[in-house]
Amino acid sequence: MLRSGRNLQLLSKNVVRENLRLLSSTPQPSPKDATKKVAKERTLDKKPVKSSSFVMNLFIGSSNTAQVFPFPDGLNTEHKETLGVLVDPVQKFFEEVNDAALNDSQSAVPEATTQGLRELGAFGLQAPVEYNGVGLNNTQYARLVETVGGFDLGVGIFLGAHQSIGFKGITLFGTEEQKKKYLPKVATGEQFAAFCLTEPSSGSDANSIRTRAVLSPDGKHYILNGSKIWISNGGFAEVMTVFAQTPITDPATGETKDKVTAFIVERKFGGVTSGPPEKKMGIKCSNTAEVYYDNVPVPIENVLGGVGQGFKVAMNILNNGRFGMAAALSGTMKASTKTAIQHATARVQFGRRIDSYGTIQEKLARMAMLHYVTESMAYMISSNMDKGSTDFQLEAAISKVFASEAAWNVTDEAIQILGGNGFMSANGLEKVLRDLRIFRIFEGTNDILRLFVALTGLQYAGGHLKQLQKAVKSGNVGVILGEAAKRAKRTVGLRQSNSLSEVHPKLALQAQLTSKAVEGFGITVESLLIKHGKNILDEQFLLNRVAAAAIDIYANVVVLSRATRALNMNISSANHEEMLARVWCNEALDRIQLNLTAVKSQSQLSNFSTMSQIAKEMCEHGGLIQQNPLGI
Amino acid sequence: MSLRILVGCKRVIDYAVKIRVKPDKSGVITEGVKHSMNPFDEIAIEEAVRMKEKKIAKEIVAFSCGPTQCQETLRTALAMGADRGIHVEVSGPEYETLQPLHISKMLAKLAKDEQIDLIIVGKQAIDDDCNQTAQMTAALLDWPQATSASKIEAKDGSLQVVREIDGGLETIKVKLPSVVSADLRLNEPRYATLPNIMKAKKKPIKKLAPKDLGVDVSPRIQVVTVEEPPVRQAGAKVENVDAVIEKLKALGHA
Repeated sequence: MLRSGRNLQLLSKNVVRENLRLLSSTPQPSPKDATKKVAKERTLDKKPVKSSSFVMNLFIGSSNTAQVFPFPDGLNTEHKETLGVLVDPVQKFFEEVNDAALNDSQSAVPEATTQGLRELGAFGLQAPVEYNGVGLNNTQYARLVETVGGFDLGVGIFLGAHQSIGFKGITLFGTEEQKKKYLPKVATGEQFAAFCLTEPSSGSDANSIRTRAVLSPDGKHYILNGSKIWISNGGFAEVMTVFAQTPITDPATGETKDKVTAFIVERKFGGVTSGPPEKKMGIKCSNTAEVYYDNVPVPIENVLGGVGQGFKVAMNILNNGRFGMAAALSGTMKASTKTAIQHATARVQFGRRIDSYGTIQEKLARMAMLHYVTESMAYMISSNMDKGSTDFQLEAAISKVFASEAAWNVTDEAIQILGGNGFMSANGLEKVLRDLRIFRIFEGTNDILRLFVALTGLQYAGGHLKQLQKAVKSGNVGVILGEAAKRAKRTVGLRQSNSLSEVHPKLALQAQLTSKAVEGFGITVESLLIKHGKNILDEQFLLNRVAAAAIDIYANVVVLSRATRALNMNISSANHEEMLARVWCNEALDRIQLNLTAVKSQSQLSNFSTMSQIAKEMCEHGGLIQQNPLGI
Repeated sequence: MSLRILVGCKRVIDYAVKIRVKPDKSGVITEGVKHSMNPFDEIAIEEAVRMKEKKIAKEIVAFSCGPTQCQETLRTALAMGADRGIHVEVSGPEYETLQPLHISKMLAKLAKDEQIDLIIVGKQAIDDDCNQTAQMTAALLDWPQATSASKIEAKDGSLQVVREIDGGLETIKVKLPSVVSADLRLNEPRYATLPNIMKAKKKPIKKLAPKDLGVDVSPRIQVVTVEEPPVRQAGAKVENVDAVIEKLKALGHA
């Protein structure tokens, strides 16, 4: 899993567009709609895909609350009852058997612990029961990995690399035969799995992999050659999901092009070797190794998800696993916060317990808010997935970005509260911080995922705009009038009524302002599209501001929904949750304003181009340009 | 031997939870509080499962009496290896005043109905600490009893049971059918594994009411008040030994 993001290739615009399309898990327009149009038109102007994703619709300035209100619940009564029984043994295992500090110091998980994890069923949490798995849904899985994340992220990655990405492709795209052959052994942990995509020259840009698989003369095998790096469980995995280029001939043009295909590769096929475990900053007990393929014969029936469909397979696997990271990290944040509170309520300095000082109070409150957002995102997304939504790619990407940064901040501040004690290894937080660092890098770097959120949203908005232009051209009065009315309201200040009307009255102000922010966001996106057109692809300074605002708006809506649920149900923490939501939203609204202003503010734009210039000069120089003020 | 074993599984507030008394002092707060199987009952289940694994037992019936959530407790027992469950549903004020005698009557009746050869229960529950159920059940059935067992061996139609007593061990032999209560060192209970928990969902749980077993659970006692343990009084530092003695004298200790 130690791979960098791979969602977008920003070198060529055509490739970006292609990738974005592949990345999209939104339903394609139904054939019924399509056939209404003449074929010629279809090839020129694609009908924009309707999406029920909140974040996607945010880009056209609209609040689609289908997936966010009311706060979704992914568990029925039976799920709940089962989960109630499942949490305990997992908790006990990590309290009594697993030793996170030992795993870290030995850079390995002892066999006895691995065996315990097998017996617990931890290697096949979501694999179907008929294939020896536990058969959990996404929400149940999220709750269990939350527990794992509170104890040992290294083991979390050992487990996650195996099932969340290692063999997830077989569950998602495997044929009956493939499932029957591989799942029973991997689900029990008898065999381990790995996800093999990253290569020395291919990190974020996944389409540029060089590993190749060519059909053997008899047509029964693909012969696989190449090498992969930073593969979690790569040192011992028996079953690997491997991505490789395969030559594909376009039947229409007769042209042959390389396209990525996914394969299920067994170590015992022959020609598979792996390097020694890499030495790393954190998640040390998780094995990370290079894997080499030297003329590996892969039977053609081991193609996963269709020839040439590899990129889509990879993105779907990652997309389906991201909520798990948010869930695990919310467990981590819970644990770090608890350690910080224990210290803050016991430590006396200047004659007072330090939790009585504003400095510490602000830190603790921020930790709670970051946790609240992360946890709410994780369960909102898992529940939507359990309800059958396939339209969650932007939300999933946001949850990964948010969770990995929030967990880093929370644990960093926990260490700060503990002072010198936090820096000492004995306390455990130091190890957690090292473990956390990778979460901002792997499974799509946060930087790439931000661009992914911004560009996917912009593309959606662009499609919407194009349709509007067409309506104008063809004189579709209904569409034009609707849009004209919307715009007229904006300009005369008669805002649309609060589009987040389901929020509890106690948070009405935050709902109102967030609803306005959605509109403001839509206006900003539209003006960016009009001003830059397709060239917006290269405006990363701007794209990052757009992404930051999108993340903040989504976070607001998520906590407003969660706190509304608490208030409506009148649960014991309702008032506390209301406070968390209120302060979070108030602060986020300020940031949203700043970010949306930045993309059109002359001074900011000039700053961006100056920064671009500064970086260019540094790189030409090969280091910092300014001399030491002493001149020596 | 192929015994049919009945095991009592009480749902109690989890041992790790800090118990809080309700503001009106009518009892302790149970709402939103984590519950789990009484640890001594987990040991009882484990012992039964081990007997089944050794082919001494052929069937294990787990029993729990209390509110709907007892089903979760029974699911844990089933996941650990019990074959089926019996839930006697009692809730509200009746459950709060339920006494070991009521449970003993239910166990005794079930023992007859289900042709049970051996009843194993925890020696006490960690909530009320009564330590009465095994004894009363044995009395009601007129079966021999072996309480606080730390080792059980089955030998042709009887059990040899080691009991921890003050200053040593006592080994006794009881004829079957009999009632045994499990002590802390009898065994270390296994974890219910996740796949077994999922499989346990398919095992049957029979739901009964106390009256189905002919037991009248209408309250015989009334809870007058439940109090928090007294808070420890703050201590004071003294300068030297003489001062200690003086303090003690003043408090009437010397």
